[in-house]
Formats: sequence, C-alpha cells, structure tokens
Amino acid sequence: MTEASPGVRERPRAPHLQVWRWHLTMLTSILHRVTGTGLYGAALLAAIWAVTLAAGPEAYGVYMGLLGSIVGKIALFLISLSVFYHLANGVRHLVWDLGKGLDIKTSNASGAAAIAFALVATVAVWIVAAMMGAL
Amino acid sequence: MSRYRTPLSRARGLGAAGHGAGHWISERLSAIALVPLVLWVVYATLKIATLGYEGAVAFVGQPLNAVLLVLLIATGFWHMHAGMRVIIEDYLETMGLRLTALVANLFVAVLAGGLAVFSILKIAFGGAL
Repeated sequence: MTEASPGVRERPRAPHLQVWRWHLTMLTSILHRVTGTGLYGAALLAAIWAVTLAAGPEAYGVYMGLLGSIVGKIALFLISLSVFYHLANGVRHLVWDLGKGLDIKTSNASGAAAIAFALVATVAVWIVAAMMGAL
Repeated sequence: MSRYRTPLSRARGLGAAGHGAGHWISERLSAIALVPLVLWVVYATLKIATLGYEGAVAFVGQPLNAVLLVLLIATGFWHMHAGMRVIIEDYLETMGLRLTALVANLFVAVLAGGLAVFSILKIAFGGAL
C-alpha cells in the first residue's frame, strides 16, 4: 500500500471493527457469515446422520442418543436459530440483489425483522417439536 | 450459470478471471432453491425425530422424501461451499493458507455431500426392511 504512486489513493478496506460505531446493518451482515459458517458444521452433522441411518440401527441409535443429549439439544437449538436467521436474512439479500430496500431506513427495518423472525420461528418450532413429542 | 448473464456483460467480459458473475449467480440460484427445501426439511426433521430407526428408514424411502433430501444435500453443499469460498477469499491473505483452505473447502463439501447422497440412495433403493 505504501508503494501506491502519487495520485492513487489507498484502497478502502473492510470496516474496522474497533473504530466503527456498531449499527444494525453491520451486525446483521456479520451474523449472516457467522450463522452461515455454523450451518456448514450443521450440514456435516446432517451428513453423518444420513451415513449412520444407512449403517444400521446400532450406529443410528448411538448418533440419535448424542443428538438427544443436553449438548446435542443445545447444538440443535443454535442450528435452528441459525437456519431461520440465515433464511430470513438471505431473502433480504435476494431483495437487495433486485435493487430494492437498500436505503438506510428500509434496511434497518428489514434487519430488525430478520432477527425477530429468527427468534419467533425458532421458539415456535421448538414448541411444535415438544407438542409432537419430538424432543 | 453463465447462460444467465446478459449478452452485453458477456461481450464486455470484464472482471479478473471472467467467472465472478457465474459464481455470484449460482450462489443466488442455490439460495432461491434452498428457501422451500429448508422449510421442508424443518418439517422433515421434526417428523423424523418422532420416529425410530425403522420409521426413519421408511420416511427416507418414500420417493418424494428421498428426492427432496438429495436435492437439499446437493444444493445445500453447493451453496455452503460457495459461501465459505467467499469468506476464505475475504479473510485469508497468505497465498499458501488461502489455497489450502480453498482446496479443503472443496474436498470436505464434495466428500460429505457424496457420502450423504449415497447413504440416502442406499436407504431408498434398499426397499422396506
């Protein structure tokens, strides 16, 4: 960067987390990457589920026991929260890609809506799961 | 994926390697496909959680369920590979580390996705127990 010739400005870099004031659209952007990375792990857990189901009842029983444990349930809860957040915020991104909803007021409102949807949908799904006897 | 580009953008041929637009479009297309697939798999997960081993095998063996699971795995692993690739390219600046991470990302996604698809098909083609 120090080699830049006269007249060429240094290129802007990603937001400096230390100097920028936190705002909602910054939080939702970071959460999209964090939940996306978490869902990468969740997809690997789902692949293991399919492999154990194909391997037979013993392997499947052991794996479902792990998923049903306290640690497994906490992981599944965080996965469900990540699924609904990444889903809602992903739709928000698709709308942006159409060139709509990019102004500050709308993007703040849609960001708050994505977080609210994730929380409400997660709680609703776990209530339905309890009612279905899935826990 | 380049078929979704406009003739003008193809004619101009801008961009570093020329396939940035294809990557961008494929990530969005997979995102659109994943909206209904993910909503379905939330229902499927709750359903499977209430079933034992034999119930789960029977559920996966239903043609519609088997096809939706394979589509979900293929689209989901494609999408997560694409997303992780962008994260790697954004944050890893050392060439060696970056290349290693990109290759590992591809291999992990293809291996895990391949194992998952094969397992679903094995169960589905295995018929009733």
